[in-house]
Parts: sequence; C-alpha cells; structure tokens
Amino acid sequence: MSVETLVRRRPVVRWAAPGAVASVLLLTVVVLWAALPGLFAPYDPVSDLDAAHALSGPSTQHWFGTDLLGRDLYSRVVHGARLSVSAALIAVLVSLVIGSALGMLAGYAGRGVDTVIMRATEVMVAIPGLLLSLAFVSILGFGVTNVALAVGIAGIPSFVRIARAETLRITSRPYFDAARCAGTGHLVTLVRHVAPNAVGPVLVLAGLELGGAILSVAALSFLGFGAVPPTPEWGSMVSEGRTHLATAWWLTTFPGAVVAATVLATNRLSRGVRGANR
Amino acid sequence: MTAFLLRRVAQMVVVLWGAITLSFALVHLVPGDPVRIMLGGGSGETAASASPEQEAALRSQLGLDQPLLLQYLGFLRRVLTGDLGQSYSTGQPVTASIGAGLGSTVQLGGTAILAAVLLGLLFALAGVLLPGRAVRSVVQSVTVLGVAVPSFWLAVVLIQVFSFTLGWFPAFGSNGVQSLVLPALTLALVTAGTIAQLLTRGLTDALGEPYADTARSKGLGRSRIVLGHALRNASIPVLTMVGMMVGGILSGAVIVETVYGRPGIGRLFVEGVRAHDFPLIQALIILTGGLFVVVTLLVDLAYRWVDPRIRTGVPA
Repeated sequence: MSVETLVRRRPVVRWAAPGAVASVLLLTVVVLWAALPGLFAPYDPVSDLDAAHALSGPSTQHWFGTDLLGRDLYSRVVHGARLSVSAALIAVLVSLVIGSALGMLAGYAGRGVDTVIMRATEVMVAIPGLLLSLAFVSILGFGVTNVALAVGIAGIPSFVRIARAETLRITSRPYFDAARCAGTGHLVTLVRHVAPNAVGPVLVLAGLELGGAILSVAALSFLGFGAVPPTPEWGSMVSEGRTHLATAWWLTTFPGAVVAATVLATNRLSRGVRGANR
Repeated sequence: MTAFLLRRVAQMVVVLWGAITLSFALVHLVPGDPVRIMLGGGSGETAASASPEQEAALRSQLGLDQPLLLQYLGFLRRVLTGDLGQSYSTGQPVTASIGAGLGSTVQLGGTAILAAVLLGLLFALAGVLLPGRAVRSVVQSVTVLGVAVPSFWLAVVLIQVFSFTLGWFPAFGSNGVQSLVLPALTLALVTAGTIAQLLTRGLTDALGEPYADTARSKGLGRSRIVLGHALRNASIPVLTMVGMMVGGILSGAVIVETVYGRPGIGRLFVEGVRAHDFPLIQALIILTGGLFVVVTLLVDLAYRWVDPRIRTGVPA
C-alpha cells in the first residue's frame, strides 16, 4: 500500500443535501428494477396482452397506461431498465479499461508512444460522439451489445486524458522514484504504484460519464440500432410510442421521463462525489 | 502570432489526416467482408442473392482487391482531390448528397447555437441576479435538466405540446421558418443547459475575485458588477467549449433531423449507417472532423482576442 492512498481523503457524498438523497433513492429503485424486474413488474412485459384495455391511459391497474397491444407500460419500463442500465455500464467499462490502459501507457512511456496515443485521441475528440458511435455501430453491426461497445469506444478519449495526467503526476513523486530505485520493474510499478493511485479520479470520471452513456445508448436504440421489438428498452420504447403521439401521450412520456430522471440522479451523485474528492 | 498560427495549422493538418485515416480504417475494421455486408443490405447478414461477378465488380469498384498500402494512398489522393466516392445506396457522388443536405443542417445548427447562447445567457444571468437565494437555486437547477433530458425525448415532447396540442408549429418536414422553430429549439435547449452552467459557475467565481470587491466598494450594484465586469471574464470558459458544442449540435442534428423528418447531414448519416453505405459514412466522418478542427482554430483566435493576457503572455 502506498502512502498516498492512506493520506488522501476518501470520496464522501454530502448526504444531507435533499437532492442527493432523492438521487440515491431513485437510483436504488432503478438498480432494483434492473436486478429483479420480476419482483416489481405486475405483468409480463412482452406476453401479457390486456386487449380490453389496449391503448388506455394511466390508471390504478396500469400505472403508466398500456400500449396498442394492451401490454402494461410500467412493466415494460421496469424490464427495460435491465437492458438500458447494463448497456450503459458495459459502455463505461469499455471506455474505462481501454482508456486508462492507453492513458497510463502514454504517460509512462512518454515520447513517441505518448505522441501517437495523444494524437489519435485528438482525432477521436474531433468527431462528434454520437457520429463516432454510429460509425462503429455500422462496422460492429446492430444490437444492444454492439451499441454498448460503440458508445464505449467513443468514450475512450476522456479516460486516456485523465489516466495520462494522473500517471504524469504520480511518476513525479518520490515514492515512484523510490520504487524504481529499489529495482521494481516497469510493469510491476505500473500495476502496484501507478494504477492504485490513479484509480480515484478515473472512477469519478466513470461516474460522470455514466449519465452520458445512458443517453447515448438510449439515443442509438431510439434510432433503431439497439434493442429489437418486442424487447423492452427505454430508447426504443420512446420510438415505438411516436406512432401514437397524438392519442397516447403516456407511451413516450413515461419511458423518456425515466431516462431523464435516471441521468439527472447519476449526474447529481457523481458531481457530489467529485466535489468531495477534491 | 505567426508562429502560433503555423503551429496550430500544422496540428490541424495532423488531426485531419488522422480523421481521413480513421475513416479509411473503418472499412477495413469490419469483421468479415465489407462487400458482402453491403450486398446483404442493411441487416448485416451475408449476401445470398449476389452473384460472384457482382461481388467482384463492387470489390474492384471500391478498390478492395488491391494491396492495403496502395488502397490507402489511393484513398488519400482521392480525398485530397475532393473525390469521396459514390454512395452505395443512391449511386450518386457522396459529395452531391452531402452538398444537398449541408445547407439545411447549417441553417438548423446556426439557429440552434444562436438560440442556445441567448437562452444560456438568460438563465445564467437569472440564476445569479434574481433576488432571493431560493429563486436563484431553482433557476440553477433547471439548467441541470438541460444536460440530463434525452434530446430524442425532448423532440417528441415538443411535438406533442406545440404541434398536436397547441397546433402552433408543424411537427414534420422543412417548409419555411415555421418548421425550423421546434427542431432548433430542441437542439438549443440541450446546449443552453451546458452554457448556462458554465456561465453561472464563471460568474459566481468572478464575483469572488478582488476586482469584484473593488467594484463593490466603489458602490456599484450587483447587476452592474455582473454585466460590466464579471460577464466578460466568465465567458472565456464558454468560449473554450464552443468546439465541443458544435460537435454536440451535430450529434443532436442526427436525432433531431430524424425525428422532425428534415433533410440534412445528420439524417443522411443515420441512413448511411442503416444501409451500410460506407463511402457516405467515411465522407461524413472526414467532413465533421474537418469542421471541428476549423472551429477549434477560430475559437483559439477569438480566445486570444477576448483575453489579452494570453496574447501578450502576461501571467494571470
């Protein structure tokens, strides 16, 4: 264990803030939806067709109303959480792993390696995020997993930058020189000394990026590149609901509001964590 | 200044070259055979119907039967001479398709950026100047919504309210100014959230600076200090984000043009991805990369004009 992990303050969220409390509650619900949808959804999201109440508005029986086939919209939103949330998590994980590895390599190796990695990063930054994801979807193929990967690849640059900056900060510290003088090899130094000390800011960034990843995944699904109907997914549910926009407002309103609330809560909490970590 | 310009232009060229290389690499990163995917139509399965002759013809038309290095050099040469190939789905030169959509997107994006700056400014000033701490914090939390609301949903909600319920603006198409309002507003609201947050933070920081204390001790009111002193300094961080905002507007245009059924390069891109139209995708990647690079350079120049400390090298 290095000195810095002991000295540095652990991230703490200011729990007293009402916004933070609401965000924690909301995210807990969403995570529970994603983990145990069967426990919260009163109906099956695909096969329970209540034809008598097809396309009916919110009621005590169907909280979010029903769609054209009489499926319970609330149950579909609950089940949709699993795909939407896990796709966003996969996306952030891909950005985090590849981005931090490249960033640490750039900061540690320096010179030519650094130049190549950072120039490549600049090129990726130059292309708007959604367009870059779409381009990768076009080569990876359609489907939720590929959408998650594409969003993850497009999110690599910010992790490269922060991991590189952290690596540069750490390699200028005495404990790093001490480790090298003691004869520790490059790889071991990276894994034992650089990575653990860089992990805090990288994880904070991961939290900040999660909200954006949820939005991007939902947007690509909305455009029709993600989940295939009848599988419930938040973005594609909004897209399906567009056909009945004039008559059934609930079909687009509820899934969209759930996305917005989830992203809002994620952003609120990760900003709180970043603030406490400074 | 000249040295700075030369260095920035050199950087620009490198990034642009990278974007061209990336778009070249895209086609070669396709798992499996791009020709078979293109002939298979949008779904990505391999072609069952295409004859071997058709395949070979497309392969040589795309130059995919040559060694990789030759293909790359050929691609570079063609891009530099402005020949970006033919769209696979329409058979037209890609530059023609893009040229047809560009005007509409520029109109949409330009209006959206203008509206976003105005709205962002309005919200930031309201969030700093309105009387009452509670009112200010309500305004500030509204701006946080702008970043969290999915643009595709916002578009749908605006159509619902302003087209179907109130009937003020058309929901689809691009006929005159009326049809520009909702798409531009969708894009603007999302971007305005970012601008308002940056400005609010900048203004709050600036009000804590010594020069703000000086102004206060002269007897200036809060609004005079904000408008006369703090705003200019607070706008610098916003300026650095303009490149990102243009990118965000282009990303947003993909969604907005699809939802509102407007022609433009965003919708063209979605159609290109749907049809696996690689020449079109490549051309749009190069175009947007180039646009970002140019905008960033202009912002850098503007930055030096707004903040003389950078121009003269005097430390802050």
